[in-house]
Amino acid sequence: MITQEVCTVVSNRQIADSIYAMVLSGNITDAMDQPGQFVHVKVADGLDPLLRRPISIASINKEDRSFMIVYRKQGKGTSLLAEKQSGMTVDVLGPLGNGFPAAEVKPGQTAILIGGGVGVPPMYELAKQLARNGVKVISVIGFQSEGAVFFEQELARFGAVYVTTADGTYGRKGFVTDILGDLGTTADFVFACGPTPMLRAIENGQYGAKTYLSLEERMGCGIGACFACVCHTKEDPKGFSYKKVCSDGPVFQAGEVVI
Amino acid sequence: MSSLSIRLPGLNLKNPVMPASGCFGFGREFSQLYDLSLLGAIMVKATTPEPRFGNPTPRVAETPGGMLNAIGLQNPGLEKVYHEELPWLEQFDVPIIANIAGSTEDDYVKVAEQLSKAPNVHALELNISCPNVKTGGIAFGTDPEMARTLTKKVKEVSDVPVYVKLSPNVSDIVKIAKAVEDGGADGLTMINTLLGMRIDLMTGQPILANKTGGLSGPSVKPVAIRMIYEVSQYVSIPIIGMGGIQSAEDVIEFFLAGASAAAVGTQNFVDPFVCPKIIDELPELVTRLGADHISELTGRSWKKHERLAYYRP
Ligand SMILES: Cc1cc2nc3c(=O)[nH]c(=O)nc-3n(C[C@H](O)[C@H](O)[C@H](O)COP(=O)(O)OP(=O)(O)OC[C@H]3O[C@@H](n4cnc5c(N)ncnc54)[C@H](O)[C@@H]3O)c2cc1C
Ligand SMILES: Cc1cc2nc3c(=O)[nH]c(=O)nc-3n(C[C@H](O)[C@H](O)[C@H](O)COP(=O)(O)O)c2cc1C
Ligand code: FES
Repeated sequence: MITQEVCTVVSNRQIADSIYAMVLSGNITDAMDQPGQFVHVKVADGLDPLLRRPISIASINKEDRSFMIVYRKQGKGTSLLAEKQSGMTVDVLGPLGNGFPAAEVKPGQTAILIGGGVGVPPMYELAKQLARNGVKVISVIGFQSEGAVFFEQELARFGAVYVTTADGTYGRKGFVTDILGDLGTTADFVFACGPTPMLRAIENGQYGAKTYLSLEERMGCGIGACFACVCHTKEDPKGFSYKKVCSDGPVFQAGEVVI
Repeated sequence: MSSLSIRLPGLNLKNPVMPASGCFGFGREFSQLYDLSLLGAIMVKATTPEPRFGNPTPRVAETPGGMLNAIGLQNPGLEKVYHEELPWLEQFDVPIIANIAGSTEDDYVKVAEQLSKAPNVHALELNISCPNVKTGGIAFGTDPEMARTLTKKVKEVSDVPVYVKLSPNVSDIVKIAKAVEDGGADGLTMINTLLGMRIDLMTGQPILANKTGGLSGPSVKPVAIRMIYEVSQYVSIPIIGMGGIQSAEDVIEFFLAGASAAAVGTQNFVDPFVCPKIIDELPELVTRLGADHISELTGRSWKKHERLAYYRP
């Protein structure tokens, strides 16, 4: 169920270049289950910025009713978010959208989790849930350069982790797809979140029997009412049929929508 | 009797607060958040004869205190709205105002004729002011003669009262308002969005794929207030006011300017519970202003005075 709650900031710390991890506590956590769902965050009380910001849920902690978001300090909204200190509050709407179908993966099956930049955060909760179910988890995460790398150790708790950087300053030089080509394993499931060119390459590469991709689009409402975030479906790429990234997605099976 | 219940042509409302067209879809999403029967009415998304996909994305861009949108009238088309969306809304005790759009006069007439027959549609809102489509829309809303003729044609086929939604993208709003009143409009809704643009410094290109979009949100409120203040003094049909409403205080300001009801658009995205919140807060505010009923406030900003002496239509 979607709720709106003024959550309390438990912690907000920088974990890599321009990357922050914020832990928020609130009853809204009770409704969070699926990795890949997102929250719509009001970063300031006043009129500017006016709209909420969509940020993926990176980790859910049911026991102490807290969840984590990880974001890149980028424009006005995320810069204001980076200034929040523990004890302050943030207005959160969520959980929104449909996440990765973690329950579809059977114990013993293999899942490759691919994250690019700020597409890495939702992979953390996903890896946690899959590993808990006895799924073999392989994470492939890509960044611009060494300073931007995060969550390598966190993901290593659930399985093998491969890191790439575009400039070669850490891990393997290149893109996540370079690793995928070499892995040699065909996974039962591939889950990916990151920049659109990366998602396209993964869709074309067919690295697993089933592939799920998490998309990004500029949003208004975040709940499916305003038609800001639509995309065409693959079966009708020029026609009237559509999916809303916010409420039908953000996670779609590869081949479902035009990316 | 509640201090909020109002009567307008075709509309017998529990309260004067309703979501604005395009900001509430056909109600399905918000029905997960609260009981839609709390609302005074619902202005549903624009409907055209055929389904429309709308414009490419990005379709929204933020501005300080507002947003630009260029959705491009995406909607499932007349048949689906009539046979699926409107019947679904019948489970709620709330009158529907159907927003009608098109590219040609025939489009408007066709949609109006059919939607006005839906049992829960109590009024039509003729959208002659959408800035985001290439043909029709705003062209009808900026030419008084076209606006008058279109209103007349739609009135002829409609089973329910017709409200005409005015565009602020004109130099003389009163002239258009009087033209549609003359064409037989039962009421006005105003304002639609103001045409605008934002450019991305990184790419040097407009942010919106459509390049231009409609500005809405708190930053347009003074424009809406001014236009309603002017128009309400020169027409005798009621006005449903909108443009940047965020609070019960804002609703009151629209009433004082000359509105008889109010619609909330963009703020539904910022605070999805804004409509029920405003409805909750209004009665106390009405009392504080020394009124027994909210309708006493309509036009209070100018009623004591003579007509605007300087205005020359
Ligand atoms: C489903 C989803 C999940 C996301 N998860 C994360 C995450 O976990 N971590 C993270 O760092 N970022 C995430 N993003 C991207 C994040 O929403 C943007 O980085 C953020 O909105 C930028 O806001 P700003 O004010 O800093 O930037 P500005 O450029 O000032 O924002 C201006 C406007 O554009 C919108 N916007 C800008 N970039 C994006 C974008 N990439 N996607 C959508 N809207 C954008 C903003 O929301 C705002 O309305 C996600 C986006 C989506 C759609
Ligand atoms: C995303 C979006 C979609 C809209 N779609 C429509 C529409 O389909 N028909 C219409 O008449 N107005 C449409 N509008 C205009 C609103 O109904 C309203 O007139 C305008 O946004 C001003 O009110 P606000 O500042 O409260 O949003 C839309 C506005 C927004 C922001
Ligand atoms: S953001 Fe409004 S429909 Fe997706």
